[in-house]
Amino acid sequence: MNPQLLQLICFYAFGFVTVAAALSVITLKNSVHAVLALVLTFFSAACLWLLLEAEFLALALIVVYVGAVMVLFLFVVMMLDIDQEKLREGFVKFLPVGLIVAAVMLVEMLGLIGVRAMQTKIMGADPALAAGMTNNTEWLGHALYTKFLLPFEIAALILTVGIVAAVALTLRERRDARHESASQQVKVNPRDRVRIVKMAPVRPDESTASQEPQP
Amino acid sequence: MPTFNDILILLPEFYLVAAACLLLLLDAFMKPAQRPLLHWISIAVLLVAIYLVVAGQPPQAVTAFGGMFVRDDVAEILKVFALGTTAMVFVYARPYLTDRKLVSGEFYTLMIFAVLGIMLLVSAGNLVTVYLGLELLSLSSYALVALNRDAKLPPEAAIKYFVLGALASGMLLYGMSMVYGASGMGGTPTLDLAQLHNVMSYTTAPTLLLFGLVFMVVGIGFKLGAAPFHMWIPDVYQGAPTPVTTFIASGSKLAAFGMAYRLLDAGMGDLSQHWHLMLAVLAVISLAIGNLVAIVQTNLKRMLAYSTISHMGYLLLGLAAAGPEGYAAAMFYAICYALMGVAAFGVMLALTRAGFECEEIADLKGLNQKSPWMAFLMLLAMFSLAGVPPLFGFWAKVLVLEAAIHANMLWLAIVGIVFAIIGLYYYLYVVKVMYFDKPVEGGALQAQPDQPLRVVLSLNALSLLALGLYWGPLLAWCRHAFGL
Repeated sequence: MNPQLLQLICFYAFGFVTVAAALSVITLKNSVHAVLALVLTFFSAACLWLLLEAEFLALALIVVYVGAVMVLFLFVVMMLDIDQEKLREGFVKFLPVGLIVAAVMLVEMLGLIGVRAMQTKIMGADPALAAGMTNNTEWLGHALYTKFLLPFEIAALILTVGIVAAVALTLRERRDARHESASQQVKVNPRDRVRIVKMAPVRPDESTASQEPQP
Repeated sequence: MPTFNDILILLPEFYLVAAACLLLLLDAFMKPAQRPLLHWISIAVLLVAIYLVVAGQPPQAVTAFGGMFVRDDVAEILKVFALGTTAMVFVYARPYLTDRKLVSGEFYTLMIFAVLGIMLLVSAGNLVTVYLGLELLSLSSYALVALNRDAKLPPEAAIKYFVLGALASGMLLYGMSMVYGASGMGGTPTLDLAQLHNVMSYTTAPTLLLFGLVFMVVGIGFKLGAAPFHMWIPDVYQGAPTPVTTFIASGSKLAAFGMAYRLLDAGMGDLSQHWHLMLAVLAVISLAIGNLVAIVQTNLKRMLAYSTISHMGYLLLGLAAAGPEGYAAAMFYAICYALMGVAAFGVMLALTRAGFECEEIADLKGLNQKSPWMAFLMLLAMFSLAGVPPLFGFWAKVLVLEAAIHANMLWLAIVGIVFAIIGLYYYLYVVKVMYFDKPVEGGALQAQPDQPLRVVLSLNALSLLALGLYWGPLLAWCRHAFGL
């Protein structure tokens, strides 16, 4: 079998799965199912990248997104208690409009890309081989620390802003929260807290009798 | 490999990163009583950054990190004004933040990171740097909008801003990927804006390129807040704490102009006959929606939000002229709008006090009797926004209209003039409320006006008058940046 043809068949198969899974993310009623469909979307996108010979990126997508981010997402979704039916109200009403828009966009995209253009290789020669390196990962690492050094550093800044913003928005003094103050607990003196009152001893039967109304 | 020279070119940016990190540390180790000191340190940081930008400016445009970063006069002017207006926002913000117990190192650090995003964005020489600079600016802005978490409106505004901003970034990125793809068909794929300039001449997929261009224009429209991509503007302006609104109305607009210029002229300059019509359509819709909807607003912040949309229409008028003259006029307009916006929101900040937000137009009733000076400053800002002759705003409008006429778009200029006259109504209405209505009990006026705020605000508003009378040098500077 012609390897070019095999690649094309694989591309369409993975592409179909990606689109179908992405569609089910937004149409499935159960949000846990939707998250699982999103996992499938990421996974088939990773397969597409493998076809494009971007092995490192494909594996990173699976490890980082499918392995870490989506599992976290699943935890959050499972902990939410959402009334599913209420969310779906009005869906049927807006469905025709959405479908028309989607259909028009699809036709435009297909016309634009042109199915035939797929058969030729879109990008030029593999940059890794052109640079005299044996594999994609090596080239990626090299490019990140030389050609793309500045964007790499800016991305680091963006992550810093993410941390600062998360701290600023979540860590705050709540007026209704109760905190323990260790220093005040240590400083406290028993005499301030407990007051010993001297009382004359009273017999229980006597006290109850005295409280009863006099006949 | 990056050399020492590359680092020297990026000195103001590196300095600002270091300063922001230092501020974070200072904030963590300062005693609460020393916190107010952070305010003055932050302002000093920005002023030193302005000095570094101006003093280190090379005589000719230079690039660093293999074309990723461009340092030319356009970037210099935009950076100076972005840093300057942000320093003004810091001065205006102090009483507001103190009254609402929002003074924190995070506010200043996030603002400085946002300004850094602006500086990287306006100097971008590569699609990757454009995108990352924009994200740095946007992420900091989302967090700043949500900073006052306990109030009702800010979280809602922040979510809207975040969702629509993410959508816009997605559009922009999608367009960039198409342009990258088109550059690879028939040549080596490139992300460099200077190399993308003549991609149209050799690509074998011109439709793909144009499609990418449309997506990029949509992304730019979102960031500028031009109609029909303006939906987020009124809610964000109203919901955000007023100092943050002031920043979004000033620094962010300079950044949006810088981004539009870099992407459209530097990157897609060969396609100008395609995009100049798209921008003209955006301009007309923005002028119409902004000016007409602003008339019915009762909330001053919402009214100024719609006024922003209309001003972005005028800015697009200059960009649509697609030539050095148009760009110079548009940049002049962006600077003018930033100064006017800071002044208008600055008066609102001066009039708020603990437990009272000066937000409604009705809050300004009879301001002239209570504080003639504040009323006069607001009058200057409103007249300048409306474009009344001796003021700064008038000349900015004249220049963009002139650029549109010279670019053979007379119809566009006529539309601009018609809507400028319609727009007069709602600016003059504010002036009428201030000067001819009877004051109401408990209306706007601070018990103890903050002295630095009053001084800087007065200078800011009077500069609108001064620049209106003597605008030559600033315009010459703008025109020089575009080689005129």
